[in-house]
Amino acid sequence: MKPPSQIRRFLRHPSGAVGLALLLFFVAMALAAPYLFPQGPYKMVARPMLWPGQNPDLLLGTDSLGRDLLVSVVYGARVSLLVGLSAALASAIVGAAVGLVSGYFGGWIGDMLMRITDAFQTLPSFLAAILIVGLIGPSIGTIVTSIALVSWPMVARLVRAEVLRIKTLDFVQACRIMGMPDWRIMLAEILPNSLGPIIVATSLLVANAIIIESGLSFLGLGDPNMMSWGGVIGNGRSALRMAWYITMIPAGAVVLTVLALNLIGDALNDVLNPRLRKG
Amino acid sequence: MTFSILDSARAEPVTTAPLLSLEDVRIDLRPGVPLVEALSFDVAPGEALAIVGESGCGKSLTSLAVMGLLPKNLKAGQSGKIVFEGMDLATASEGKLRGLRGNRLAMIFQDPLSALNPVLSVGAQIAEVLIAHARMSKAQAKARAIELLGEVGLPRPDLRFGDYPHQLSGGMRQRVTIAMAIACDPKLVIADEPTTALDVTVQAQILDLLTEIRKRTGQSLILITHDLGVVGEVADRMIVMYAGTVVEEGPVAEVLSRPKHPYTAGLLAARPSGSYVHGGQALSDIPGTVPAPDARPEGCLFAPRCARATARCREARPPLDRAGARAVRCFFPVDGALA
Amino acid sequence: MSLTDTSARRAPAARLALPPWARFLLGRLGQAFLVMALVVIGNFVIMQMAPGDLVTVIAGGADMTQEQMADLRARFGLDLPLLVQFWNYVAQLLTFDLGYSYRMNAPVWEVLSARLPTTAALVVLSLLFSVTIGTVMGVVSARRAGTLTDMGINAVALVLYAAPSFVVAMLLVLVFSVKLGWFPIAGLTTVSAGYTGWALVKDMAAHLVMPVTALCTFYVAIYARLARSTMLEVMDQDYVRTARAKGLSETRVIYVHTLRNALLPIVTMAGLQVSTVLGGAVVVETVFGLPGMARTAYDAVFQRDTTMLLGVMFVSSLAIVIVNLAVDLLYTVLDPRVSLK
Ligand SMILES: Nc1ncnc2c1ncn2[C@@H]1O[C@H](COP(=O)(O)OP(=O)(O)O)[C@@H](O)[C@H]1O
Ligand code: SF4
Ligand SMILES: [Mg+2]
Repeated sequence: MKPPSQIRRFLRHPSGAVGLALLLFFVAMALAAPYLFPQGPYKMVARPMLWPGQNPDLLLGTDSLGRDLLVSVVYGARVSLLVGLSAALASAIVGAAVGLVSGYFGGWIGDMLMRITDAFQTLPSFLAAILIVGLIGPSIGTIVTSIALVSWPMVARLVRAEVLRIKTLDFVQACRIMGMPDWRIMLAEILPNSLGPIIVATSLLVANAIIIESGLSFLGLGDPNMMSWGGVIGNGRSALRMAWYITMIPAGAVVLTVLALNLIGDALNDVLNPRLRKG
Repeated sequence: MTFSILDSARAEPVTTAPLLSLEDVRIDLRPGVPLVEALSFDVAPGEALAIVGESGCGKSLTSLAVMGLLPKNLKAGQSGKIVFEGMDLATASEGKLRGLRGNRLAMIFQDPLSALNPVLSVGAQIAEVLIAHARMSKAQAKARAIELLGEVGLPRPDLRFGDYPHQLSGGMRQRVTIAMAIACDPKLVIADEPTTALDVTVQAQILDLLTEIRKRTGQSLILITHDLGVVGEVADRMIVMYAGTVVEEGPVAEVLSRPKHPYTAGLLAARPSGSYVHGGQALSDIPGTVPAPDARPEGCLFAPRCARATARCREARPPLDRAGARAVRCFFPVDGALA
Repeated sequence: MSLTDTSARRAPAARLALPPWARFLLGRLGQAFLVMALVVIGNFVIMQMAPGDLVTVIAGGADMTQEQMADLRARFGLDLPLLVQFWNYVAQLLTFDLGYSYRMNAPVWEVLSARLPTTAALVVLSLLFSVTIGTVMGVVSARRAGTLTDMGINAVALVLYAAPSFVVAMLLVLVFSVKLGWFPIAGLTTVSAGYTGWALVKDMAAHLVMPVTALCTFYVAIYARLARSTMLEVMDQDYVRTARAKGLSETRVIYVHTLRNALLPIVTMAGLQVSTVLGGAVVVETVFGLPGMARTAYDAVFQRDTTMLLGVMFVSSLAIVIVNLAVDLLYTVLDPRVSLK
């Protein structure tokens, strides 16, 4: 594994480069939000439903409450990326742990863990998220938890498959013979070698988490203290007839962010999992 | 009019014109990198020709080229003439080829498990050839497919018709692919290492079956193999391929007893004594390996591994010298019987 | 090696004695049981974690003293130890009693069973259309791999794959209802028209076009990508070359020999996807005002109707488990290598 060459290959990959550029744009937006617009997204700045361009100071116009849509969109990037990254990270950690243990030990422990993983994967995930967030209360914490709770099985399956392959390789056998403890073999030998699929899966998990979060916010189950793209879209629904831009501008932001992550995932897959490519 | 293709084919008089004739066939991986080159040979009607050579010599590509089934990445790099029953297959339309394949020209592949579709019954896979080429109804095709399964030696063929490939043994599967190949009574059957993937115990049975069918139907057979032991039993004539081209050609008995090319001689010498045993003696006991397509020597392709090589061999490619039924591509052929 | 030892020891004679179909069924039922157990436990945990309880819901508007509320809690067994409460919940579910919704003033199952058909229709139609359209796209794409057609289909799939269902729903409403006026904006029927028979079916179909489309697009993209990659993989298989060597028509090679095999992973995926499509139905039913079960979940959240919400989760999971079982059976029909006899 030579990371620099893989990074170069990723950047030379057309979808990798485009996806990364798009994502960086939104990341920059999220980071810069409080400096660009210190007043925050909730301040009313002008007449409601001002179309983009009607007022040169308000690039994207105003929403149905007279708030600057541009500010909402910029702040929305923060929520989407924050929730997406935290949920993906949490699922990746849980999934990797379950996959490692189940693949490494196999036997009845592995079987049982996989059965439980299957069961989690069978749950209607969005419904479960609504249940958790709706009943316990909408906050970034519950949203992230509920998304992670339904997303980890995919990682667990991938990691398990990797572990089953890697654990038969000579160097792992050698570690065993040397008497290295199981946990060290798992963390120091097997995990680093199964990072490829984990990284690819994580990029797709971020995308998926962003979709779930925006869906929850769209239904009014977002964190009430944070301006989220889904929330803006949901609020714009009633004004669709007169001011469709209120809905479609943040919708475009969601689609572009998810698109960027999917492109990155595709490129990562080509770069990190060459075994899977057809020659 | 019930004058079917099958009847007319049988009625054809035996002529000296070859059934299949390859003329200077070349298959380029990319311009200047041939996988197969300067390949010429004939197959007479009713004849059994063996093609032998180490793995990677281009035997499979040759047979796929005849079938018009070269992998996509190699199709553009194909040149030369492949004349079958007077038609140049290399320039024939896909529709024409489709009419010939499975009908006048059939192929048996190496691994019957992967060559059979796992989700279709073996009977259906035989019947569809008959429906495609012999214009049979479904019921007729099924009846004939059951007959064919019997002809290739499956017990209770009526029951086997509905079986799926995974339910049969390796030998039975290969019998099924043979039934598929001979379903429309083709003029030429190409068998690409038909026994390599099978148990040693059934290899002889499959070869006997191929010989029996050929004798019974008068079909021509190209048997591709890397097992010199089987050549004498099955084939009339043989060609030896090395690194993508023919290096020696002749009647089996003559070539086996008096090889002219140092490569052939090496292959024969490498055989375990008591020869003629089945069991896939690997043809790799000559020192060195077949050169990769993009690393072939300028002169004689065999020079790097040849004990007789001289400066001349390393500078120029020897031509394929014909003398009667024999041909050899070597400046300094071996002469005399094998010790 | 030790691995083989354990696997040999783990196959007791009693298990081998069962016929394959019984083993298959037992395995599947076991898995189904596990899923339902997970749902029940999850439901119970969430119920405990949620602020407030059934009594606060009932008390909601009405004025109640602390004593009256304590009284009610005792009546519902909410003062019992947690394990007892859990057992009571399980026992109640075992008789398929999903509880009583004090918000709707009706038993939960009565409400849900009336709304289940709409959701079922939405989910089944969406799955059917997305599998069909996605597969067709994938097949075309794979056959023209590397051409402009292929790139076009890939681009479409990429965009659809990035668009959440509610975004698609809003776009459809904007374009086809608001701007063009082609389809009704909400509901399952035109109530005022009082259609019957064929006219009613047509009316419902018109109402379902946009919801089904909104729910489909994401999955169309998934199946298009999946079908393309599996078709390409299968086209490389030896048996496809055999089919060509037999001189079969290209149509037969593609649809009988290639697609039959490429369908296997697609069916597996469709089975896995029932649950996510059902989740998407919540959003779609909400946007299009469809009187379905998923929509009920949404309403229940805002009315703090915990019993109803847990009921939706339970019924949905049960439906998914049953559909998954059906998909497994379908798979055994499609793939003769998985035989139950
Ligand atoms: N699709 C292909 N693309 C590139 N090279 C190929 C392809 N198929 C075969 N080759 C190469 O062509 C040579 C001859 O292959 P083949 O005809 O299969 O040999 P044989 O059947 O004699 O063992 C080998 O070097 C092989 O690597
Ligand atoms: S030409 Fe020379 S190198 Fe080639 S086979 Fe003959 S003797 Fe050997
Ligand atoms: Mg070969």
